[in-house]
Amino acid sequence: MSKIPAVGVLGSGQTKFVTTRTDVTFPELVREGSDLALADAGIPIDEVDAFVFPLAPDALIGVGNGERWCVEAVGASGKPFMRVNNGGATGMSAVITAWTHIASGMFDVVLVAGADRVSESGSAQSVLNKMWDVGYERPVPLNTITMLAMSAARYMHLYDSDERDMALVSVKNRAHAALNPYAHLRKPVTVDEVLASRDLAWPIKLGDACPASTGAAGLVLVSERYAKAHGLRPAWIRGLGQNTETYWMGDRVGPKVVSDHADADALGEAFWHAYRQAGITDPRSQIDVAEVYAPFSSVELHVIEAAGLAEKGQAPKHLAEGEFALGAPGTIVNPSGGVLCTNAIAVTGAVRVAEAANQVLNRAGAHQVSDARVAVASAIGGDHQFYSTMVLSSDLEEIA
Amino acid sequence: MTAQAESGTDPAFYEQTWDLSYRHALGETTSRFLAGLAKGEIWGRRDPASGRVLVPPRSYSDRDHTPTTDWVKVANEGVIEMFTVVYEPFRNLPDPPYALAYVTLDGADTALVGYVKGLDLSDREEAVRRLAIGERVVVAFADEPTGTAADYWFEPAGD
Repeated sequence: MSKIPAVGVLGSGQTKFVTTRTDVTFPELVREGSDLALADAGIPIDEVDAFVFPLAPDALIGVGNGERWCVEAVGASGKPFMRVNNGGATGMSAVITAWTHIASGMFDVVLVAGADRVSESGSAQSVLNKMWDVGYERPVPLNTITMLAMSAARYMHLYDSDERDMALVSVKNRAHAALNPYAHLRKPVTVDEVLASRDLAWPIKLGDACPASTGAAGLVLVSERYAKAHGLRPAWIRGLGQNTETYWMGDRVGPKVVSDHADADALGEAFWHAYRQAGITDPRSQIDVAEVYAPFSSVELHVIEAAGLAEKGQAPKHLAEGEFALGAPGTIVNPSGGVLCTNAIAVTGAVRVAEAANQVLNRAGAHQVSDARVAVASAIGGDHQFYSTMVLSSDLEEIA
Repeated sequence: MTAQAESGTDPAFYEQTWDLSYRHALGETTSRFLAGLAKGEIWGRRDPASGRVLVPPRSYSDRDHTPTTDWVKVANEGVIEMFTVVYEPFRNLPDPPYALAYVTLDGADTALVGYVKGLDLSDREEAVRRLAIGERVVVAFADEPTGTAADYWFEPAGD
């Protein structure tokens, strides 16, 4: 029995993610995401009632309000259309928006489709530097790598962790990505190779970092009414969570800190919001698959903990014991290889949901988790600030 | 096979630069903080509900949305809460290496970000050791203030 309106992910599609694509314009790339999602869902575009378009900072693609450029590409002419931008969480925020569209009763079929070409600016971190406060913080060259390097430094300090623990995440995810034909970085790596890779911002090295990816993705969401009327079997969204952390990283440390920048406590609350809706009380035994947003290896450590799959500071111990990797007992984390291996920013959150849906429908291919029924997906945007979570399952029965 | 490969046409490109200049008004609270820097002073604002002193100063609390009440001068030294040393060049950002840290100054309850200068960063392990969380630093101020947050940075406190 569902505690929230039943909305399903009927189908999804992804292009192969790469560094650059010169054979298409940006809208043509978006169209690939739209077409792949519709083909996978098995419905024509005429069936789509409304469109949600994920697009992160305009400056990454170099076109102001780039959603206007892509109306025809997703197939939205003559129909409702909305752009969503929530930084790194954009893709999942777009899916949540589509869920809301359907849960409200307004629409039965909503398409989320988009793309990104992160490398095209030649300077993604210069773009991302522009998110900090112009009076206090902009004169210092913060970017998303330094922001998360400082989180990693705190995690290491609080939990007596080291760079080797981070490397374990990269090794696991690269091995997973080698099985995922859509992933960008598919070459397996060793701990020693990660540790020997060049320093970006200590303790983050190249081997701990996501690539700047180009590619498209899309999902078709449907109402329970529509699914039943057409005899369809989507992956069902069983719970959702959203939460927001303060803009100021300096407020996440200090003598009276509430939520440490080492951790992701606000994300943890978002996970538990979704879990309560889904009826999950023990994530370690009830969740088969976690597709979590972690663009750097260090981030996956505290996201695993926020998801309730390990106690605080304990994710490295579980990883070292071989947990979370394909073939291990318990929850498998990022069987697709995750964001660490593919990060087309605008659609990264949407890909998490698409992968989670494929897993519970047992359609994930070589990186399928055996007999997966329940999956959780998450995304993070802003300066580790906007959090989204979603639980999916293969049916609407109680999650025991 | 892609249409491009079929046609045998070389891909075309269009290059552009976004050359935009902004003059951001920083408001009374930030302006007063920046004016303090020219006098070698760091000021925060007190959040009445929690009693915390917010540095950098904000006109409203980050937690309960209420206005902060009074100005509090904090010390020009404090403790490193988190840091990084950057070795990778990023376009339009400074040449590496450089060190950044969030520092809670004595008397403040939140941390201020800044460069940490006065360290040899060519030896990564030594730099990381000297920047360790819990290490003390002092605030240094520019001899010729620019009226921006670039007018201060941190340096190791010495022995």
